Amino acid sequence: MEIKILAFGEIAEVIGNSEMKINDLKNTNELNVKLIELYPALASIKFAMAVNQKVVQSITMLNNADVVALLPPFSGG
Amino acid sequence: MINKERYQRQIILKEFGEAGQQKLRNARLLIVGAGGLGCPALQYLVSSGVGAIGIVDFDVVDLTNLHRQILYTVDDIGKPKAIVAEAKLKLLNSEIKITPYNLKLDNQNALSIISNYDLVIDGSDNFTTRYLVNDACVLLNKPLVYGAVLRFEGQVGVFNLADKNGIKANYRDLFPNPPDSDSILSCNEIGVLGVVPGVIGIMQATEAIKIITGIGEVLVNQIVTCNLLTNSSFKFNISINVNSTLLIPKNETEFLNFNYKFFCGTNNMDHEITYAAFDKLKSTSSFTIIDVREFNELPEVNEFKFLHIPLSDFENKILAIDIIGPIVFYCQTGKRSSIAVDIIKNKFSNCEVYSLRGGILGWKNYHNKIIIKNDRKEN
Repeated sequence: MEIKILAFGEIAEVIGNSEMKINDLKNTNELNVKLIELYPALASIKFAMAVNQKVVQSITMLNNADVVALLPPFSGG
Repeated sequence: MINKERYQRQIILKEFGEAGQQKLRNARLLIVGAGGLGCPALQYLVSSGVGAIGIVDFDVVDLTNLHRQILYTVDDIGKPKAIVAEAKLKLLNSEIKITPYNLKLDNQNALSIISNYDLVIDGSDNFTTRYLVNDACVLLNKPLVYGAVLRFEGQVGVFNLADKNGIKANYRDLFPNPPDSDSILSCNEIGVLGVVPGVIGIMQATEAIKIITGIGEVLVNQIVTCNLLTNSSFKFNISINVNSTLLIPKNETEFLNFNYKFFCGTNNMDHEITYAAFDKLKSTSSFTIIDVREFNELPEVNEFKFLHIPLSDFENKILAIDIIGPIVFYCQTGKRSSIAVDIIKNKFSNCEVYSLRGGILGWKNYHNKIIIKNDRKEN
């Protein structure tokens, strides 16, 4: 299985891209662990996570072709 | 009476009509922040005929604002934004009742100001104000049009407005707590392309007009993020987060006692400071010094201004005070002030707070030695 990651704001800066693909993850918890393993700087950044456009707050199962978006808060005005 | 000619081009829209114009005329809207987001939003809302508009901003116009805060000119530099904005907007449309609030919104004044309005637009530039405005709107049950920008991107969303199922999400359902202080990025440090807050501010004004007039589909319980460099946008659907609901003050008393500056503190440093560092910090005005000794303890301190909150009553009193900038606690020797730091750090890990190492006894002793040393040199 393959999921698509969309990154915004400074998350995209850290990842170096606004889109990427990751394979073989059961749930959002595994995705968090994987992301921090790949990009340790993400450990210190708070962000909201949405699976298929729905913001999730608890561990959520991931399926093939799911789109996971990572949104950090902005404060600028 | 509404001047129909002025608004003719939108009155002829069948979805909008005279009824829409009348709804705008009857609306009372508050904009928090007359900056990059607030300026363009204000210009369109005033032009469109929103009846009463409040503008909250404590800041003055700076040269670095002008590339995106398009209400202001070089002649306005140094003048209060709320007052300048009022004058400029009056010229744009004298039919609108504009109320400037040349002050910093805080938990003591927010409820009384916001309660005069039907709808709030958040155009602020810091997390402290954003959480404060969000929580106040939840308490007062006012719809909030949120917007924020950084670099080439912006976010827009509508909170605290019921969707067709009666669900009202808010900012805390998306971001329950502010980011850690060392990861906070601001436009001051990171930059923003001038047009980005223009686009996002006008999207906020558009959502406000849609909410007031009841036309179209509003971004209720949603946030859209737009990247203007790539012309891409993405929509997030937000549902209620039970845990973050618990974080919001439940009533006016809790709100008045919730210290948003602590909650969204902007620094995280070593807690103890030396006498020399204390003296250096003391010379800056944006600093709060708090004596945590019991009342009547000697020596007296008359070398600088301070607040007095004894450690025995610390947890009751500390949340209610208005702090300016970082805080230094002191006591006799530095032990009780360290406990005060720990109490604050446990509650608000982001808060910039220090303990004077060696206490006031040590500090006075240090200064006596400097005086003695100088006397010896002179002799």
